[in-house]
Amino acid sequence: MQRALEGSQAIAEAVSLCRPQVVAAYPITPQTHIVENLSKLVADGVLHCELVSVESEFSAASVVLGAVAAGSRAYTASSSQGILLMSEVLFNIAGLRIPLVMTCANRAVSGPLSIWNDQQDSMSVRDAGWIQIYCADNQDAVDATIQAYRISEKCQLPVMVCVDGFTLTHTLEVLDMPTQEQVDAFLPPFEFDRRLDPDQPISIGTLVSPDFYTESRYSHHEALARAADLIVEAQRDWFAVSGRDAGGLLTSEGPADARIAILTIGSIAGTLQAAMEAFPDQPATRLIKLRAFRPFPAAALREACQDLTDLIVLERALSPGAGGIVGTEVRAALTEMDNPPKVFNFSVGLGGRDVPMETYVRLHEAVRRGGGVPFEILDVVAERLPEEA
Amino acid sequence: MIEIRIHGRGGQGNVVAAYLLASAAFEEGRYVQAFPSFGAERRGAPVTAFVRIADRPIRRRCEVREPAFLIIQDEALLHVAGVLDGLRAGGGILINSNQSSDQLSNHLGQAVVALPATALATEVLGRPVPNTALLAAFLTLTGLLPHAALIKALSARFKGGVLERNASLVEQAASRVPADIWKEGDYAARA
Repeated sequence: MQRALEGSQAIAEAVSLCRPQVVAAYPITPQTHIVENLSKLVADGVLHCELVSVESEFSAASVVLGAVAAGSRAYTASSSQGILLMSEVLFNIAGLRIPLVMTCANRAVSGPLSIWNDQQDSMSVRDAGWIQIYCADNQDAVDATIQAYRISEKCQLPVMVCVDGFTLTHTLEVLDMPTQEQVDAFLPPFEFDRRLDPDQPISIGTLVSPDFYTESRYSHHEALARAADLIVEAQRDWFAVSGRDAGGLLTSEGPADARIAILTIGSIAGTLQAAMEAFPDQPATRLIKLRAFRPFPAAALREACQDLTDLIVLERALSPGAGGIVGTEVRAALTEMDNPPKVFNFSVGLGGRDVPMETYVRLHEAVRRGGGVPFEILDVVAERLPEEA
Repeated sequence: MIEIRIHGRGGQGNVVAAYLLASAAFEEGRYVQAFPSFGAERRGAPVTAFVRIADRPIRRRCEVREPAFLIIQDEALLHVAGVLDGLRAGGGILINSNQSSDQLSNHLGQAVVALPATALATEVLGRPVPNTALLAAFLTLTGLLPHAALIKALSARFKGGVLERNASLVEQAASRVPADIWKEGDYAARA
């Protein structure tokens, strides 16, 4: 049913439709409204689950780890410092192959303190061994959350659904909320074959000697690679139920004869789509929306970049001292192409800086200058820099 | 597409005002988008919220820099730099103020409509929350949506006496400003 909903409320309702049995989370801006809405759904008797109030994100992650290990479907959500505080547990959840879904309401990290959006938080835990899906809009946030449970439970890997803080979580927009029947038809009840059972006691997460640790990492890496097919399958099957296609690993749209493309991750895509209409005099441009960042869809990316001469990579984080995170990985994937496009890598919208539609024009100006851009932070105001820089 | 910027202070219901206006437009079958731009998250700090209303899906997510309309929930915000920036030709400014529209327009050197929204809210709701009254007046000035759509949006958030008092406030505030003076204008942006 079409409804006008705040992103956080829509995500909470989508989580509720997935029938989690345990929810544990600690409030942090801009994730807070998701947890508030879930609490309300429990209080109103809509969602029947164990809602655990915890004293920190470390505990939130630990509670859901234990809950899933005991056989329950679980959910948590966090942002920024919360993601960093739970990071030790995030690695454990992935390494123990715990199927779990969490929302990262993307926010910049301290210091300096910023409550506003960028994607430094989830990018900082990209090597934790989780599947990461980045949402372009709140419809995708709803659909990806539902798909995430099925993906996660099939491959026994956790999924982090990344949703731009404020830009999506606090935006009220029109979306189609699935029915309980649709979700039930898509998502079977959770059966965890490795669940902790008092009648057959086992230990998990114990010391692993050098004889087996390598194999543990190998199998985890392979499982993530195989998860790519499950992401595509979940999208296809959800399309059959909902009629909506948010894209599997990535989507590529725009004129087929375009030789320039912009690759984005997260919610900047919409502003670029609008800019392409608002500035029709710019060269024909394709838009590549990277939806899955882990597993990294290198093959699908190369396919999307066939026939391109120039690829602009726009991202909302960076690896200080190295440059773009997405851009670096994109470049590495493209080296296997015979004629890879030149890459122009920019970070934009850091710490909540608005990304206006005119950004699109400036990106094309960079392409006209030619040569590629190894990495650049866009919109740096020289007068605001400290003297040392 | 019509773009609206609402300036208020934390605790005045500025974000709720944006959500209510968007929800009311959704009730009338329009595509909508509403979102806040917070400063510090605390009561009294300036908060800006944005509303877009269009006949087709809204893609852009940037802040509204050239609004067709400004709704200012606190007269003192006129001293904050940039509050009136970017207003489109043919658009309008609605300000919560106890001054008359003429007084305030003379003072600002710019035509504005004033509404004593806090006073009305205090009288009708018993709380100094200006947003319902401002939205009711805004709909009268623009003819953008029927007031019934606003009451429908309010009924999704409030029940019982609170809803009744808000509906009564809509009725009173709606008749305090001239109808449809902002109806025609070259203020729509490309969707």
